[in-house]
Amino acid sequence: MMKNKADEEDYWNSSKFKAFTFDDEDDEFSRLKESKRAVNSIRPLVDEDDDEEEVEKVSWSGEPVGSISWSVNETAASNQRTDREPAFPKINTDTTSISKSHSGYSLSALFKGETHRSLSDSSVRLYAPELRKPKSEYKVTTRLTAVSLEKFRSLQDKLLLLDYAVSAHDGNVITAVLIYLKRTLSKEVLFRELTDRQTALRHFIHYLTESKDQRLLLELLRALGRTEDMALLQYKEHLGIADENKRRDFLKSCLSLPFSPEDSVHVEDHYTLLERQIIIEVIPRKQEIFQKFPRKASILNMPLITTLYYCCFYHYTESEGTYSSPLNIRQTFKLSEKQFFVTALAARAKLKAWPDVDALFTSRNWLGFTRKKSPLSFQRVVDVLHKNSAPTQVLQDYVALVDDAELRITLAQKHKCHDIVINTYRDLKDRQQLLGYRAKMARGSAEERKINELLNNSQIRWKN
Amino acid sequence: MAAHLSYGRVNLNILREAARKELREFLDKCAGSKAIVWDEYLTGPFGLIAQYSLLKEHEVEKMFTLKSGRLPSADVKNIIFFVRPRLELMDIIAENVFSEDKMHSPRDFHILFVPRRSMLCEQRLKEQGVLASFINIDEYILDLIPYDGDLLSMEYESAFRECYLENDQTSLYHTAKGLMTLQALYGTIPQIYGKGECARHVANMMLRMKREFAGSQNQILPVFDTLLLLDRNVDLLTPLATQLTYEGLIDEIYGITNGYVKLPPEKFAQKKQGEASKDLPTEPKKLQLNSAEELYAEIRDKNFNAVGAALSKKAKIISAAFEERHNAKTVGEIKQFVSQLPHMQAARSSLANHTSIAELIKDITTSEAFFDNLTVEQEFMTGVDTDKVNTYIEDCVAQKDPLIKILRLVSMQSVCNNGLKQKVLDYYKREILQTYGYEHILTLNNLEKAGLLKLQSSSRNNYPTIRKTLKLWMEDANEQNPNDISYVYSGYAPLSVRLTQVLARPGWRSIEEVLKMLPGPHFEERQQLPAGLHKKRQQGENRTTLVFFLGGVSYAEIAALRFLSQMEDSGMEYIIATTKLLNGTTWIKSLMDRPESQSS
Repeated sequence: MMKNKADEEDYWNSSKFKAFTFDDEDDEFSRLKESKRAVNSIRPLVDEDDDEEEVEKVSWSGEPVGSISWSVNETAASNQRTDREPAFPKINTDTTSISKSHSGYSLSALFKGETHRSLSDSSVRLYAPELRKPKSEYKVTTRLTAVSLEKFRSLQDKLLLLDYAVSAHDGNVITAVLIYLKRTLSKEVLFRELTDRQTALRHFIHYLTESKDQRLLLELLRALGRTEDMALLQYKEHLGIADENKRRDFLKSCLSLPFSPEDSVHVEDHYTLLERQIIIEVIPRKQEIFQKFPRKASILNMPLITTLYYCCFYHYTESEGTYSSPLNIRQTFKLSEKQFFVTALAARAKLKAWPDVDALFTSRNWLGFTRKKSPLSFQRVVDVLHKNSAPTQVLQDYVALVDDAELRITLAQKHKCHDIVINTYRDLKDRQQLLGYRAKMARGSAEERKINELLNNSQIRWKN
Repeated sequence: MAAHLSYGRVNLNILREAARKELREFLDKCAGSKAIVWDEYLTGPFGLIAQYSLLKEHEVEKMFTLKSGRLPSADVKNIIFFVRPRLELMDIIAENVFSEDKMHSPRDFHILFVPRRSMLCEQRLKEQGVLASFINIDEYILDLIPYDGDLLSMEYESAFRECYLENDQTSLYHTAKGLMTLQALYGTIPQIYGKGECARHVANMMLRMKREFAGSQNQILPVFDTLLLLDRNVDLLTPLATQLTYEGLIDEIYGITNGYVKLPPEKFAQKKQGEASKDLPTEPKKLQLNSAEELYAEIRDKNFNAVGAALSKKAKIISAAFEERHNAKTVGEIKQFVSQLPHMQAARSSLANHTSIAELIKDITTSEAFFDNLTVEQEFMTGVDTDKVNTYIEDCVAQKDPLIKILRLVSMQSVCNNGLKQKVLDYYKREILQTYGYEHILTLNNLEKAGLLKLQSSSRNNYPTIRKTLKLWMEDANEQNPNDISYVYSGYAPLSVRLTQVLARPGWRSIEEVLKMLPGPHFEERQQLPAGLHKKRQQGENRTTLVFFLGGVSYAEIAALRFLSQMEDSGMEYIIATTKLLNGTTWIKSLMDRPESQSS
C-alpha cells in the first residue's frame, strides 16, 4: 500500500504528461478576461435591437425567428384550445391481426415474374439516383386492392421471393416479404430457412423486436442456439414489472436460464438483493433515527451499494444475524473490505457519528491501538469525510495519518489544519516555509504563538 | 440563410436546394390550405433545409407538435403528418385521426415519412384501422443533411448500434442511397477506398446500384476524386477520448444538436447602458454554431488552450475598428464607417458570446476532476498500466460518478489494451453492477458485443504496434500553432484521421501490417467515368476526398480533417460525411439499454 503510494508520487513527479496544464507564465486564459474587457469597452454605437436585415433575428431562446421549430410553437400558441378534450380512448386492436393482415404493399407488382429487373417500382428508385420524381400519385386505396403476395404458394417460390427481396437490400421490401412468410409458413420451416439467410434473419429479429413479439423472438433465438441472447432478452423483461413481488418471482424464474457463468452469478445476486430489499422495506420504521432523518425514497430496486449504505445508516448496530444488518449484507454478497469500508465511512460520517468512524479504523488493529489502518488511502478518507462536512477537529486526525509530507501539507492547508502544517514544517526543519505560513495566520492567534515558539527554539537545526 | 454551405470547395448548397425543391413538390401535391403536424425530432434537421417562410408560401398555415389526443382545430383543408417511421408515432397518429370530428369540415390526411416509408408502420396504421383515411402516403428522402460547408450528416442516431450490435444493415442501405443521390448531383466518384465490414458492404451496394442503373450515364463532371468509407469500429478509441478542441468541448459539455447549443444563461445576460440589470433569464441560451459566423469558423477547430489568445486578438481588431470613427472626418469617410457598422456590431456580439462560452468551458477544464480524468485517458492512450485495475476508475465508482463516464473510461482501457484480463474485466463489471444496479448487465453485454469491452484473447496486445506505426501519440503536440493533427487531443492523433492522412500520402500499401490488425477488410474500387468526364487537373490543384464515417464521427476528428485540408502541402481537401455526429457520451448512451434509468 505504502509502496504503491510512493510509486504514485514518483509517477507524478516524473510524469511526462502535461495533461492540459495551464502554465502560469503562458496563461491563455488571463487573455479571456482581456477580451471580455474589450467587449465591454466597445459600446454599441447603435442600439443592438434594431439589427440590420442581414443579421438573422433570433428570439431569446436562440431559435432564429422564422425557423421551423420556432414557428411550430408560434403557430400552435395562437391556437390554444381552452376546451381540451380528454384523449380519445385507445382503440383495442385484435392482437392476432398482425398475422392475419395482408401486406399493404402491392408487392406482387414488384415481383411480377421472376426476372431481376422486375423489382420495378422500388428498383426505379433504387437505381435512379437523380432526384426522385414524384411517383406515388396513386392513392393508397388502389394499392390495397392490388393483388398481394398470395400467388407465391410453393415454398420454393416464397424463398425465391425472399432472396430477391434481400438482394435488393431494401429493408422495407424484405420486411414485407417476411411478414408474408411468417403468416404462411410454419415456424419450424421459417426458422430453418432463415438460418441460411443471415440478412433476412436480422431483419426478422428486428421486426419481432419492433412489434414486441417477445414470445416468437425467444423461440427463434432458442432455435438458433443463441441461448445467452435469449436469456438476456428474457431477463430484460423484469424492467417492465412494477410490482416488487412479481418482479422478484420473475427474477427467480430467470435463475434457470442459460446465462454465461459470470452473468448467472449477477442475476442470482440481483434476485437475492430484491428479495432482501422487500424484507428490509417492511421493517417497521419506529426508531428515532427514522424520525430524525426521514427516508427520501424506498429502498426497493436500488443498487446493492446504495442498499448497504441504507443499512449502515439506519441499521448499523444490528447483529449479523438480521437481514438488514450491514455485516450480513457484506457476507451475503461477498463485498470486499474496501467497498464495505467506503460505504460505512460515508454513512456514519453523514450521521456525524464520529466514534463509529473512529472505530472503523481501530477495531481491526490488534497489535496496538496507536496506529490507524485503512484499506483506503487516508487522502481518500479525508475526502469522504470532508464531503460529509466533517469538522476540522475530526479531519485533522486523518490528515495527520497521510504518509507523504507534501501531500499532508497540501491537504492540511486545504482543510485548515494549522497544527499539522506547522508540525510538518517543523519536522522538515523548513524555517522559510514556517515564516511564510506565519504571515497567513491571524495576529495574536495560538498558531502564530506556536510558530514563534518554534522559530525561537534553539534546539532545532533549521535547514534554511 | 445558408450561404455558408457554398463557401467550401464543394457547393453543398446544391444538395440543400434539391431537398427544398422536393419539399415544395410534395406540399403542392396537397392542394389547398394545410397544417403540418410535426414529429418533434424532425424540426431540427428540417430547420437546416427550410424556414417557415418556405412552408408558408405553399399554404402551410398552422404547425403543431405531434401528441396524443385530438388535433387542435385549424381551418385548413389538409393535415399533413411529418414523421419518422416509428411504430409508437403511428399509434399517436391513429389516435389523432380517430378523434377527428367527422361531421364538421372533413379534412384530408397525408403522411410524409422521413427519410423512408416503412412497411411496418403502414401495417400498424392498418391494424389501427386508419390507413384508408390517408389520401397520400409518401416519403421524403432526407439522407444526407448539409450541416456546414464541408459537413454532411444523416443524423441517424441508432446507426452504430444497429450495425455493430444488432447486425441490422438498414442504415447502410440508406447510406448507399444517400451516396447515390450525392453522385447524381456531384458526379460519379471515380475512386472508392474503404476499411471495415460496413464499408465493404456500402461499397458493394453502391457498385451494384450503379450497375443495375445502366440506363443513363451520369454526365456531370466529378467534383469528388475519392470516396473513403471508414467503419467506426476500425477506430473505437477516438470517440472515447475527451475532445479538446473548442467545438469538441462545447459538444462534450453542453451537447450540440442540429447545429445548436443550449447554454446556461447567467453569462449571457445583456446589460444595457443605464439600465438596471434585470432579472436573470432562466431559460437556457440557445446559439447556432456554424461557419457562417466568421469568428466561430476561425476558432472552432483550435485546441481550447489556443482559444484565449485568438479571442483576445480578435478583441483588439474590433476595438481598433471601432476607434476608427474618430479618424473619420469627411462625409465620405463617415459614410464608409457607418456602412461597416452592421458587420462590426455582429462581430462584437459574436465575440461577446464566444468569450462567455470560453469562460464557461474554462471553469470546467481547469477543475481537478477534468484534469484527473484527462490524465488517466492519456495514460491509457500511451499504454501506461492498461493491464491492471485503475485506481482512478475505482475511486470514480466509489463516488458514484455518472455511469457513462465510468463506461467510457473502462472501454478506453479495454481498447488500448486490446481487451482486459478476465480478472480485471470481472472486477470492473462487479463494481459497476453493485454500484449502479444489476440491470446494467444488459448494457455491459452490449458494450461487449460492440467490441468496446472485451476479454483479452491469447494473442498479444497489438495496440502499441498500431500506436507506434501510425504515430498516434505525439510527445510534443503544439496546441497553439499545430503542425500535426494530434493537437486536437493534446497529444493523441485520431486513428481514423491518421488512416485518411496515410491514404493520401504515401498510401495504404505502406501500412499493410497495421491495416491487417484493424478489424474488417480494406479495399479499393474504381468506377468507370464516361469518356470526356475525366478531369484535367490544373497544376497544383487540390484533390477532393469525401470521407464517410459509418457509425459516427466526433467534432475533434472533423477538426483534424479540416486541419489536413488547410495544410499547405497536403494537396487534398476533405469533405466529411457521417451517419451521426457524436461524442463519447452520446455514443455510449446509444449503446445502453434503458439509459434513462441510469442513476446519476
